[in-house]
Amino acid sequence: MVTLTIDGKKVTVRKLSTVLDAIKKLNISIPTLCHHPDLTPFGGCRLCIVDIKGIARPTTACTTPVSEGMEVITTSPTLEKMRRTTLELLLSDHPDDCRVCERAGDCKLQELAYFYGIRENHFLGERRIYKKRDGNPFIERDMEKCILCGKCVRVCDEIEGVGAIDFAYRGFRTKICPPYDKDLDCEFCGQCVAVCPTGALTGKMWKQKGRQNLKEIDTICPYCGCGCNITLLIKRNDVIRVTSKPETINEGWLCVKGRFCYEFINSPERLTKPLIRVVPKESSAFSVQQTNPPFLSLSKELFREASWDEALNYIADRLKEIKEKYGPDSIAGLSSAKCTNEENYLFQKFIRAVIGTNNVDHCARY
Amino acid sequence: MSKEIKIKVCTGTGGMAAGGENVLSLFRNALLSAGIDATFSEKCSVDKVGCRGFCGMDLLVDVIVDGKKITYKYVKPEMVDRIVQEHIIRGNPVVEWMVEDDFYNFHKKQTKVVLSQCGEIDPEDINAYIEVGGYDSLKKVITSMTPEETISVIKNSGLRGRGGAGFPTGLKWEICHRKKSDKKYIICNADEGDPGAFMDRSVLEGNPHSVLEGLTIGAYSIGAEEGYVYIRAEYPLAVNRLRKAIEQSRQKGFIGNDILGKRFNFDIKIKLGAGAFVCGEETALIASIEGKRGMPRARPPFPVDSGLWGKPTVINNVETLANVPYIIKNGAEWFASFGTEKSKGTKVFALTGKVKNNGLIEVPLGITLREIIFDIGGGIEGEKMFKAVQTGGPSGGCIPAEFLDLEVDYESLAQVGSIMGSGGMVVLDETNCMVNTAKFFLEFTQAESCGKCTPCRVGTKRLLEILERITSGNGKEGDIELLEELSYYIKTSSLCGLGMTAPNPVLSTIKYFRDEYEAHIKDRRCPAVVCRDLITYSILEELCTGCGACKRACPADAIRGIRKKTHTIDTSLCIKCGTCFDVCKFKAIMKS
Repeated sequence: MVTLTIDGKKVTVRKLSTVLDAIKKLNISIPTLCHHPDLTPFGGCRLCIVDIKGIARPTTACTTPVSEGMEVITTSPTLEKMRRTTLELLLSDHPDDCRVCERAGDCKLQELAYFYGIRENHFLGERRIYKKRDGNPFIERDMEKCILCGKCVRVCDEIEGVGAIDFAYRGFRTKICPPYDKDLDCEFCGQCVAVCPTGALTGKMWKQKGRQNLKEIDTICPYCGCGCNITLLIKRNDVIRVTSKPETINEGWLCVKGRFCYEFINSPERLTKPLIRVVPKESSAFSVQQTNPPFLSLSKELFREASWDEALNYIADRLKEIKEKYGPDSIAGLSSAKCTNEENYLFQKFIRAVIGTNNVDHCARY
Repeated sequence: MSKEIKIKVCTGTGGMAAGGENVLSLFRNALLSAGIDATFSEKCSVDKVGCRGFCGMDLLVDVIVDGKKITYKYVKPEMVDRIVQEHIIRGNPVVEWMVEDDFYNFHKKQTKVVLSQCGEIDPEDINAYIEVGGYDSLKKVITSMTPEETISVIKNSGLRGRGGAGFPTGLKWEICHRKKSDKKYIICNADEGDPGAFMDRSVLEGNPHSVLEGLTIGAYSIGAEEGYVYIRAEYPLAVNRLRKAIEQSRQKGFIGNDILGKRFNFDIKIKLGAGAFVCGEETALIASIEGKRGMPRARPPFPVDSGLWGKPTVINNVETLANVPYIIKNGAEWFASFGTEKSKGTKVFALTGKVKNNGLIEVPLGITLREIIFDIGGGIEGEKMFKAVQTGGPSGGCIPAEFLDLEVDYESLAQVGSIMGSGGMVVLDETNCMVNTAKFFLEFTQAESCGKCTPCRVGTKRLLEILERITSGNGKEGDIELLEELSYYIKTSSLCGLGMTAPNPVLSTIKYFRDEYEAHIKDRRCPAVVCRDLITYSILEELCTGCGACKRACPADAIRGIRKKTHTIDTSLCIKCGTCFDVCKFKAIMKS
């Protein structure tokens, strides 16, 4: 453990901590843009600069390891002026369109500009102009709003292990892009969207769905047995966005399904009740060729709605019938990765002990 | 024929450009046809040698007959025959082609250590280096000295990093030597990227073995088994010669396993850089070797703690390493006898700009700027007034005439707002606009910023925009103060050395030439008549002969006039390209 003094207060932190960790432990507020607790320190935004006794120039708290007896000062008129200049410079190369930005209200840059009261800018000048591109349905990249904090690059490399994007070009023209500046073509996990502090990366389906007065509902992702914790953001009873909180078992990270594939919830094609087929399978009315038109329109002719009791009884009767007529090995069970371990255990038990066959498998084996 | 004949032809980059390769083979052929076996005979040789320093007089050829050396300048292929016939065969040197006093003056105040064999030996032949005592230092170190002893010699010599920052080399080695690690690395930083700098390039082209020897001694001292030379791919000749040198050195057993029969293994790899200026910064250089984008990271941890692949690493500049064999050979006291109290030894500078004698020089530290510019450099070209000297490349500053008697060392240059840097020295005269000079260097640093930190990426861009505004005549009251404020901010809050030093050209020009900035802003006037938007061209009636040369040359059809009558320039059409000014033989075009 190492003890150091920050703004006159003593604090003891673990040996490999950074000065920023110690500052946070004392609950002292300090602005950051490129810092993320789960990613390697970057030291790019230069907002968390502090004065450390014995070091001539201000140093970034996020990259400096603590040492015994260190004396740190987190705020002074000079430091605040430098932070202000950094913000002014970032804003001088940032579109002034908070009123239509998807991230307004949830944007760290906007928040800091608010706290530092930046209304006028000394440094207005050339702005980077980029065309929006990308045909993918998930991630909107508005590179004009990018402040090059590099969080997306690090999350893609360090958390996701994909490395789909990196810094390219030099000087003022530096930008973050996929190799050869092509369209984004990755897993679309959206981790980058989650860590982006500005409106540079947003979900395409979020567009104009709402920014304020959103109801938050914590739930579990239905897609697989991992059971990631997700938070649904609701506006007028519609799920308009999915996020995950960092203190959850999945540490706030999600995959493409959990983060972006929520449109099924309000889909008119979603099945809400069991259906029992009325037209026999052999009938020409139901063949592969004819499933091309939407399932919904066909289902009215082929199926009838039923209650759960009726449906389950029907399944039980049919399974019994088949087992008696053709033997237990004529039945096979295939379970799903969407189920929990317990559910999958029960399912194989049911197939083995009740039906009496070893014909049981799981979709994740394929 | 009993004469001993040696001919040395410069084949550095400058020499090659002046036709060195061709002249070399012509000399060989001429001597052969004259019956002198120049290639194989012990007494006769025609050698290619590295940079001689005085690149302005290339192609330089030394003809040494019986130990008497005559140097010829501006040698062209057609001159070879006459030199061979008159000088070598008949013994009468061709006086009109010989170098004159300025060549000798250029060398008078120089002290050559690193460059002592550049221009003397064939850089592509390890035997030539061994003949002049090469690799003796390595033998001495490996066979009779412990790493600690070696480090203490370097420490006592007072050698400081020649890459610019001036960190004591011995101390760096000592820290790394003490680190316990299964693996350590030593890297030679040959990513010389300053505009106008060619020191490391010339050393690598002229005497690559001295660098390899220094690198191997360093590896022995710190306990590294693997070394890298990080060199720009834009230096093909240097890369080529380095490759050859490593191969020859490996064959001779100076690198490889069990060097000189001792249990010391060391091998050197070459890593080509893609030409990013920022990769000269040590943490960016390491990232680049690791295959990442060349972006610096915050220090600490320093490379000696956690460098290449997270292992203790020493990074030394080419010139630093090239000094090492000479220090080991001649002793720490000998090296410390050159220089000032805090800066020992000699330093190589690339002297360019508006001086008469352009080239590569090596001088003892503590020499004054006046001696460098006026004695070695021969003064200002065209008898114009000296205005300033820009040292340290784009990260350095401009030093005005009042500091001409400043003794050059790391501290003194920093005191006047510049830096030693890697050793670029650009001399400026009265026809250089200082605002424009600052703008030039800032254009470079802005384009070469890696983009990681805000002050450097956006800050230098805004700085450049303000300078552009001033030089185009749109400067505003308060711009100078804004430049100073922003420069101070960039200097103090940038992540790496590039950003920390990028505003130096701006700050030093404001400090010493504030009146020029004010003239641009307040009077919309460029005192040096350089900034295009602030000058107008006109024709002086009394000098114009009406020859029409300017009219024909004008690309914008802005010049009107009847033949043999005074012409005029239509300023609304003039694009200020300056073509008329250049073509007029009667000096009738005036810039104002």
